[in-house]
Amino acid sequence: MRDIRKSFPGVQALKGVSLDVKAGEVHGLVGENGAGKSTLIKILMGAYSKGAGTISIEGKEVEIHSPLQARSHGLMAVYQDVMLARHLSVGENFFLGKLPRSRLGLVDWKKIGEVTRETLEELDLSIDPRILVRRLSPAQQEMVTIAKAVYQKSKLIVFDEPTALLTNEQVAELFTVIEKLKKKKVGIIYISHRLEEIFAICDRVTVLKDGELVGTSRVSETNQDALITKMVGRSVSEMYSIRRPERGEKVLEVRGLKREPHFRNVSFDLYRGEVLGFFGLVGAGRTEILRCIFGADRSEGGEVKLRGRRVTIHSPRQGVRAGIGLLPENRKTEGLAMSLGVDININLASYDLISRAGFVNVSREGSRARSFVSSLNIRTPSIKRKVRNLSGGNQQKVVVAKWVSRESDIFIFDEPTVGVDVGAKLEIYKLIEMLLAKGNGIILVSSYLPEVMGLADRMLVVYEGAVTGTLGQSEFNEEKILRLASGIVSPGEGPKT
Amino acid sequence: MSVPKSNRSSASMPLRTLKFLHTGFAEGILILILLVFFVVLAFAAPSFLTLNNLSNLVRQVSIIGVVAIGMTIVIISAGIDLSVGSMVGFSNVLVAILMTHGVPIIPAILITLVAGSALGIFNGVLIHDGRVPPFIATLGMMTAVRGLLMLISDARMIAGLPRPFLNFAQINILWMPSLFFVWLVVIVLSIVMTTLTRFGRNVFAIGSNAEAARLSGINIRFTLYGVYAFSALASSVAGILYTSRLANGIPTAGEGYELDAIAAAVVGGASLMGGEGTILGTVLGALIIATLRNGGNLLGINPFILQIAVGMLIVAAVLVDQLSKRKSA
Repeated sequence: MRDIRKSFPGVQALKGVSLDVKAGEVHGLVGENGAGKSTLIKILMGAYSKGAGTISIEGKEVEIHSPLQARSHGLMAVYQDVMLARHLSVGENFFLGKLPRSRLGLVDWKKIGEVTRETLEELDLSIDPRILVRRLSPAQQEMVTIAKAVYQKSKLIVFDEPTALLTNEQVAELFTVIEKLKKKKVGIIYISHRLEEIFAICDRVTVLKDGELVGTSRVSETNQDALITKMVGRSVSEMYSIRRPERGEKVLEVRGLKREPHFRNVSFDLYRGEVLGFFGLVGAGRTEILRCIFGADRSEGGEVKLRGRRVTIHSPRQGVRAGIGLLPENRKTEGLAMSLGVDININLASYDLISRAGFVNVSREGSRARSFVSSLNIRTPSIKRKVRNLSGGNQQKVVVAKWVSRESDIFIFDEPTVGVDVGAKLEIYKLIEMLLAKGNGIILVSSYLPEVMGLADRMLVVYEGAVTGTLGQSEFNEEKILRLASGIVSPGEGPKT
Repeated sequence: MSVPKSNRSSASMPLRTLKFLHTGFAEGILILILLVFFVVLAFAAPSFLTLNNLSNLVRQVSIIGVVAIGMTIVIISAGIDLSVGSMVGFSNVLVAILMTHGVPIIPAILITLVAGSALGIFNGVLIHDGRVPPFIATLGMMTAVRGLLMLISDARMIAGLPRPFLNFAQINILWMPSLFFVWLVVIVLSIVMTTLTRFGRNVFAIGSNAEAARLSGINIRFTLYGVYAFSALASSVAGILYTSRLANGIPTAGEGYELDAIAAAVVGGASLMGGEGTILGTVLGALIIATLRNGGNLLGINPFILQIAVGMLIVAAVLVDQLSKRKSA
């Protein structure tokens, strides 16, 4: 791609960006949200038309006006929100739009099964071609998408945040697959916020900032700190350094909580002014435990004490009233009313506080919204702006504002930094710092180990619905944590609760 | 800035002009369309701007207008209520039966409103507690309630209603039919409900994202019961007005109203995906459709052609909406 330019009404999204990918090369693409990565990829994939510049494939200049054309040139993209027909089988998805026919003119299921299985096996994936896609985990769905790209003999595959939903184990699997693609001389563009991955898998890396090319370098000739400095103009050392107040009184006590088949015998305490990390593989039951404490799901046994008083929380409404704020993993589907304004979203959990006899105090609604927009630095032209039109980081802040404005004192952050850029991450960490300073207790769930290790005061490791270890900050050790999270407990070191 | 010269950007000009529809001017456009209709008809059909015709127009639109407001609340909550037409028929027949059996006017009306709301709450129970999709739940109720009213009325007209009750629909207040003022009261109350009450906020929140609303501690059950009870209540009010206007209990009353009500809401900008819609928009939508029909009749346009025009209007309203959204997305 040479000198690509693109402008939208009012903004120039790309200002002359060039990028080249060699066959069998993994080319990293990094930059903050809004730097132009997605726009560049969408132009390549034919979703947007380019304003100016040229695209050449194997030396020949081509015009790409539609996703279909992109595919016919051998270009394929794997997005973080996987694009498969969820209600069809894996095999059908492979052949979507061109199902093979038998001599009778009927669908040739045998061929679908065989070809699909072969391709999946080529990548060492054991997935039944007949299973419906919606029954697969997000990670498996992603693998299916990749396999489909391989089957379609793609020359260039773009991975857009492929690991956002994957566990460390699955990331390793993905990397094995990518290595195989490299051997097949497929070119790869790899977009990720996780710089560790860039260094683990990429050959070269290109940095974009504000629609401009900052530079392309060989991965072997640069390092993380240098990349981050290029991306945001800030160094990485201060990333996880948050000010920690003195640990206060116990605010939450959980004993023997259970909800089969998700988790059992879960016990832990949370104190004011501390971050309690929850680490475990995806599906280990972390989210389920916390949803249960909040009241989104019912527990089947066990005891929860809030500020020393035993409580039963059977609905989110009771959870909210008890002072718990849940920042769900998927803010778009669970945290925000996207088609409504910033003001309504910020007040969403507080209307019982600002209403009298069923009537909303509209001026308080507005003043509360305005005060949190300014105190949390939410970038929006007006408080009436629909949340749908805000950036990911600002959306996350709106969810935080919803709970801060409710005056919750226990905050459950479930994967707060998934899909947000480095700059927005820093702001979320700043928020956590601010919440801690006010004496709140924070539970942080994250699949990203450096984040939990960097932010948590104590850490709970969960494996298959059971707590396999509770570690203090001094005991944090990557290897030990990963062992606990995969259920491998070395002899003599039984699980602590 | 470089100038993009693709075919996409050339199509963007008319789309860009549509974008302002989403910045609060949508109702302005509807008012404009209505004014254009009025001006054109005033010149083309001399009888249009007469007091007689206008009060007739208002009488026609008031009843369906009340139903459409109930429908709008349901649509904002991301639901649909196909049972409104049958509810109109049910309350029409019920209030007539009560009055012909000697129940005084006011108690008869109150009993009817309560019975109608109860059926609405039943809709809410099916939808919230039974997890039956709104379309199916209310489709079932539409059929069942129509059957119920046929049963209690023996599928026969009910005549002999008290004179004061029948007079109500005939009297004018300040040259406007009394029915219009009932509609006006419903409009004002609904605007207050949707913009100023906690219930209104909850309806929008559930329509926009039910799971986020639930996880924010909003009482989904209470709100959904309220939404469907309100819709049924509005239909009951409409059914009682209908009884007064046509002076009889008529078992077929309200047939097809569900579609007219949806049409008014959709033309008025409500999104069937939920979370979007205004009472004022629906009011204007109902007025536009009614004016189109009324004016067409006066001009002697073939009613079938009018029907085609109304159909196209409904689709055009949503099409314009979609195009402008695509642009702003």
